Amino acid sequence: MDDAKLDALGQTIVSALPGAATGHSVAFNQLTVDVEAARIVEVVKYLRDDPNCRFVNITDITAVDYPDREKRFDVIYHFLSPTLNARIRLKAQADETTQVPSLIDVFPGADWFEREAYDLYGVFFVGHPDMRRILTDYGFEGHPLRKDFPLTGFVEVRYDDQEKRVVYEPVRLNQEFRKFDFLSPWEGADYPLPGDEKAGPKV
Amino acid sequence: MNQQPENLRNFTINFGPQHPAAHGVLRLVLELDGEVVERVDPHIGLLHRGTEKLIEQKTYLQAIPYFDRLDYVAPMNQEHAFCLAAEKLLGIEVPRRGQLIRVLYCEIGRILSHLLNVTTQAMDVGALTPPLWGFEEREKLMVFYERASGSRMHAAYFRIGGVHQDLPQKLIDDIEAWCDPFLKVVDDLDRLLTANRIFKQRNVDIGVVPLREAWEWGFSGVMVRGSGAAWDLRKSQPYECYAEMDFDIPIGKNGDCYDRYLIRMEEMRQSVRIMKQCIQKLNAPDGKGPVVVEDNKVAPPRRGEMKRSMEALIHHFKLYTEGVHVPAGEIYAAVEAPKGEFGVYLVADGTNKPYKCKIRAPGFAHLQAMDHICRGHLLADVSAILGSLDIVFGEVDR
Repeated sequence: MDDAKLDALGQTIVSALPGAATGHSVAFNQLTVDVEAARIVEVVKYLRDDPNCRFVNITDITAVDYPDREKRFDVIYHFLSPTLNARIRLKAQADETTQVPSLIDVFPGADWFEREAYDLYGVFFVGHPDMRRILTDYGFEGHPLRKDFPLTGFVEVRYDDQEKRVVYEPVRLNQEFRKFDFLSPWEGADYPLPGDEKAGPKV
Repeated sequence: MNQQPENLRNFTINFGPQHPAAHGVLRLVLELDGEVVERVDPHIGLLHRGTEKLIEQKTYLQAIPYFDRLDYVAPMNQEHAFCLAAEKLLGIEVPRRGQLIRVLYCEIGRILSHLLNVTTQAMDVGALTPPLWGFEEREKLMVFYERASGSRMHAAYFRIGGVHQDLPQKLIDDIEAWCDPFLKVVDDLDRLLTANRIFKQRNVDIGVVPLREAWEWGFSGVMVRGSGAAWDLRKSQPYECYAEMDFDIPIGKNGDCYDRYLIRMEEMRQSVRIMKQCIQKLNAPDGKGPVVVEDNKVAPPRRGEMKRSMEALIHHFKLYTEGVHVPAGEIYAAVEAPKGEFGVYLVADGTNKPYKCKIRAPGFAHLQAMDHICRGHLLADVSAILGSLDIVFGEVDR
């Protein structure tokens, strides 16, 4: 589908669902529709059942974390319409406490994708019958893909020969985790460069 | 034998994570009524390595090797999705020879994956010879990987803008010489399995998925083609130079394990067909030329050039430390990986590192339907179904 057709499709969807779908954009030949998180089920049902859409295949559900925003998560849904040979991306904003309705009644395939988004980001889906963690360890704490979760994590495991079991301990790094910053210092580094800390503030 | 119903209790067993038919580290909690499966609860994540988190900390170039380690039986197909995503954001087009080499190696990857799947599925249902025959060919293909990239599995050969190095002519000739004898091996496997009574008893009408369910469970690739959808991203949304290749898409009628097996067998033959066309095009005059974009802001200069030119040396240094800056934007790029639609949802913020890189693995969507497909089947069918879903834990757990 070319951009003009996608744009027309986006307009149709937004006008058919006033209040639920709030806007659309086309970039890189892909259609994105902004939706209201609380009314996602309605939008998805329309996309699946409307004869002009037929987005019957759920491709993916994930989230993106923008910690500086008031509603920090973008919940991203991807659907595919084999009839139109087109993809659509739905974007809903949520924060840690927003209760996003689960799609599991419309698309059973949403099951694990929602569990994953909950596990890795802490987005809550209501109406999901089995909201357990999926990828992380049994008894894991925190949501590792959030931007404020450190790469090294908080606990490490090892097998304890005395206790004959695996024990969890706080992470101990023999060397500070090195985060190399290769962004060019000539092009807008507005912070003291590594090794340059004693030089005093830039004027 | 008239027991009271309250004395009857369903039996719960733990299948895996260390079970040869679990295809890696899958733990299934099975609830059985006699020998009939009542409920399946797959526990995954035992191979979770935090790939997506790690990619957010690395430059675009450093992210590529992580993709080899997802579906480790067809490494280059994964790299392909990531490279396509980054290339679309950068707005660059891969030179023709680079495209042909990519397609050639993607098809090698497809054969690698299908060989493993078809033969180990046969092993799961009781045949020992197919894996031995299939793995001999896989070994040869891995040598082709090694001769192109220097490593048998974790190739990191596809780079943003093309492929890392050109193929020597001898390698292209050797791949061509491999094609026809391989078709004979496929025929041998065919004779060994397709009409085999035991193989059919274990696979025909097992794990039937109707097309509507296949779509709404998020299936893709062989799993929807087995249910009758003529859907293949190489045909319907062609990327690279698949549009000019001549090949057929096999589809199934019944959506059972046996149909999916037949499709994989036919796809191997079609892959060889594509490989032959690639080789022919690589040998043609317009198939010569660069394998990676000549823009030194994206792809590093050649080694020889770097030794002599100051400009090239600076570009080389900048690319291997700072890396490529990808303009801000978001993109979903998908390829038809051997197991289904492998997608990368990439959010770039204009720096040298991805802001977010979601990996959409086909096996993840397929495995979540285990409970749905297995209900009402016998315990022995669980391993047949698992085999035909084509699960590799590298990509499911990420």
